[in-house]
Amino acid sequence: MNKNITPPITQRIGQIFLLLLLAFFILIPFLLGFWTSLLPTADISKGALWSSHISLSNYYTAITQTPIIRYLFNSLVISFFTMAVQLLFCSMSAYAFVFIEFKGRDTLFYIFLATMMLPFEAEVIPNFVTVRNMGLLNHYAVMIIPFLTSAFGTFMLRQAFMQIPKELREASEIEGLSHWRFYAKVVLPYSRISLFTLAAYSFLASWNQYLWPMLTTFSDSFRPVQDGLRQLQSQETFNNWGMIQASAAIVVIPTLIVLFIGQHYFKSGLNEGAVK
Amino acid sequence: MGIELSNISKSYDNQNWTLKDVSVQIRSGEFFTIVGPSGCGKSTLLRMIAGLISISNGTLKIDGRDVTNLQPQERALTMVFQNYALFPFLDVKANVSFGLKARKMQSAQINERVANALELVGLSELKDRKPRELSGGQRQRVALARAIASDTKVCLMDEPLSNLDAQLRSKMRSEIRELQQKLGITLIYVTHDQVEAMTMADRIMVLHAHTVQQIGTPSEIYQHPANAFVAQFFGTPRMNLLSVHYASKNQRHLKFDSYIDYLLPRDIEDGDYFVGIRPGELEIHTADKANAVIKNIEYLGTQSIIHAVLDNDMEIRITTSKNNTFCLNDHVQIRATNTYFVFDSTGKAIFFNKGDVQNGYTDHKQEPANAL
Amino acid sequence: MDTQITNKNPQMRYKQRKEEKPLMATGLSYNKSKALRDRLYALIFLGPSLLVLIVFVFFPMFRTLYLSFFLTNNLGKPTVFIGFANYISLLSSSAYLHSLQATFIYVIAVSCLTLTLGLLLAQTASQKVRGISFFRTIFSGTMGVSVSVAAIFWLFIFNPSVGMLDQLANLLHLPAINWLTQPGWAMTAVVISTVWMNLGFTFLIFFGAIQSVPSTLYEAAQIEGVSKIYQFFHITLPMISPTLFFVSIITLIESFKSFGLIDLMTAGGPDNATNLLVYRIYQDAFLSGNYGLASTESVILALIIAFFTFIQFKVLEKRVNY
Repeated sequence: MNKNITPPITQRIGQIFLLLLLAFFILIPFLLGFWTSLLPTADISKGALWSSHISLSNYYTAITQTPIIRYLFNSLVISFFTMAVQLLFCSMSAYAFVFIEFKGRDTLFYIFLATMMLPFEAEVIPNFVTVRNMGLLNHYAVMIIPFLTSAFGTFMLRQAFMQIPKELREASEIEGLSHWRFYAKVVLPYSRISLFTLAAYSFLASWNQYLWPMLTTFSDSFRPVQDGLRQLQSQETFNNWGMIQASAAIVVIPTLIVLFIGQHYFKSGLNEGAVK
Repeated sequence: MGIELSNISKSYDNQNWTLKDVSVQIRSGEFFTIVGPSGCGKSTLLRMIAGLISISNGTLKIDGRDVTNLQPQERALTMVFQNYALFPFLDVKANVSFGLKARKMQSAQINERVANALELVGLSELKDRKPRELSGGQRQRVALARAIASDTKVCLMDEPLSNLDAQLRSKMRSEIRELQQKLGITLIYVTHDQVEAMTMADRIMVLHAHTVQQIGTPSEIYQHPANAFVAQFFGTPRMNLLSVHYASKNQRHLKFDSYIDYLLPRDIEDGDYFVGIRPGELEIHTADKANAVIKNIEYLGTQSIIHAVLDNDMEIRITTSKNNTFCLNDHVQIRATNTYFVFDSTGKAIFFNKGDVQNGYTDHKQEPANAL
Repeated sequence: MDTQITNKNPQMRYKQRKEEKPLMATGLSYNKSKALRDRLYALIFLGPSLLVLIVFVFFPMFRTLYLSFFLTNNLGKPTVFIGFANYISLLSSSAYLHSLQATFIYVIAVSCLTLTLGLLLAQTASQKVRGISFFRTIFSGTMGVSVSVAAIFWLFIFNPSVGMLDQLANLLHLPAINWLTQPGWAMTAVVISTVWMNLGFTFLIFFGAIQSVPSTLYEAAQIEGVSKIYQFFHITLPMISPTLFFVSIITLIESFKSFGLIDLMTAGGPDNATNLLVYRIYQDAFLSGNYGLASTESVILALIIAFFTFIQFKVLEKRVNY
């Protein structure tokens, strides 16, 4: 069966070898990390990769003796709020750029676009002064408020909204739908894949924030997980590798799970944004 | 370059057959059409001939050479795709020469072949355009030119006209036919459109439900359909298929009512049958004694299609050239002529009657594939 | 109105037509009020985003530019206007030029490796082999890895006493490398870690793009007897070139902004070998309190990134190649 057309056996073996090699390169940091998180630090320090004491005790230590769970919770709160408000604000501004006619719309849109050229990293100094003056330092708000909207999100949703057939707008006008109702009842449901993509994107972007929280939070009650791990790492002067790896695993496992569940949607959405 | 298919089958899991036991001898220089509804496996069959999909069982010979296990390029054939498969980033010339260049042919020879091919399809002037600057018909011609330039004697076409509008399609039909004649190539042409199959082909293979239903010339297939599926697939509007139970006490009468009553010249076994009547082989009259009511009229110009319901609740289609004679909800009399087909309960044709000219029993054997 | 319409007197009808004039006038004012109302709606729909952008993007942009011409106190307040002095001192400082050079090396290495490996992954994962979806999942895996987790994983691998690489070197009787404490190797280590982190995203986008190339193009090539490698360079690459371009610019920009991995793995060291632009801004502003100089560095960074983003817009506008 299927004896023909399939490439020669050497080529197939080559293919599989290449796949395994690439998978190995991608996986090795994960595997080493997860594996060593199960080993006692004393054994890891000796450079051993095997131990007779394989256990979850590193996880127990990480959870009970470090604020890692608190860090995770902080990140979750920050990322969730950032995502939710970004979805609202970006979709509203994108709606205005597509469906509301007003003077200077195009100019304003180009100004929005231009902000995409400005890296946040180049503006941290005045922003730091601003949030300090607003008294927001060391609070959830400081990590949410500057990211309530994004030019990228507006741009992406505008592209998606422009795909909505004009007939829908015309039919709604004949029905006498207000802008609010058209926005909520037609535009948002119609573009849910793009909204989902932006949600995933903004959640991940917020989750991966590093520089800004490092500058603006000083206590464990508000510190998000990226900077939390940095904190743990710098505090562990005795290099408790087992526990550090366990903390990393605690952080990465939920994202991996979410990623694999949402991968299907994410993939289609990303390409939508990339090519159009 | 004859092509011989012997018991070609395809299965992806060794249980369900996408195609089963396809056998046919395609003659050199023949325009051979494979037709069937979507999902019947016709594109799979074409891709198996091309070598793009492996053949699970059976053998394929091209020009007497067994090519069943050969790579596509070793089969010396070319293929035109439904979406043309043009490279959007290359101009017309480069699209036509793509394969030749990949095979590292001498550039003088490439230029000559490309020029010839473009000349043949009438695109010489557009050779520097990109595909997106061409109309649908022109893109189709580029795809044809690419097939011509490859200079093989076998060409496969996978629904090449289905993306074109109706007018262009009929124009391209005759162009493709002429090209095939001029170049003397063997052409295997896949389509779901029965009109395309009837008008272009030397011979037609009808595929349905993973098996060959019938192979024959267009007129054979129309006049002597092997089964009810083939009979209904060809001809518009579709053939009426009325089910009837026959018992020997009916004395050779297949009777629906007093005006539609067929007398068989010979006994048949008791059982369920279908009587097939082409819509043009029924008469429709305004008369006092009506046996049907008109439910819908489609006016087509030279003729009209009338949808009616008989008093016994059977729906029936009739074509008539008597335009403007009938109205919706008219009570009319529908009368049988002497042209009809009889199929058994499995749909196999067992009898046909062609008016006074000829009548007789079909000579199809058990396997419809071997019918002709 | 009803009575007027039923009135059959032609004169009355004429009169009625005359009366339509004011109706037209209200039509105009209807348009005007619609424009007004739309402007109000625009304000409501755009207001929130505009406010955030003004406070956290536009204002800081001008403020950064402004500060770059000043000396500042350690609270970030401008004290003395010094014109282009910050720019001149930066561009004549060998430390800054070194930083600029290191950044360019880092960006080019990261971009080239990310694109090549991403393409290799995507192309390999596009083969039809049993169990391929398992590999696809693995290849996209690093997308779920945040910067600090990646840093911890790789710090462990590069660690001189417990790390895998040195054990491996020992085994093969190669000299041990102090990955994070030797300038050249530290840069290599940071590049490897960044590329690894980038690969998940890059793979996903390339894979999607390759999947969307019509399969008949490959079939046509196969019938012509075109080799796999020729197909890759003459069909796949040109067909996905818009995506290729998009990803390369994104990767370039993101590499210019790299901060987290540097901070966690090398802290700009050893000997400033990995002191990239953003890390230098952080050091000058928040560790040394030299806000004016750091603002100048920010302006330069913004210019570089704006340049690449601008190219991206320009080219995307032309839809790349075809």
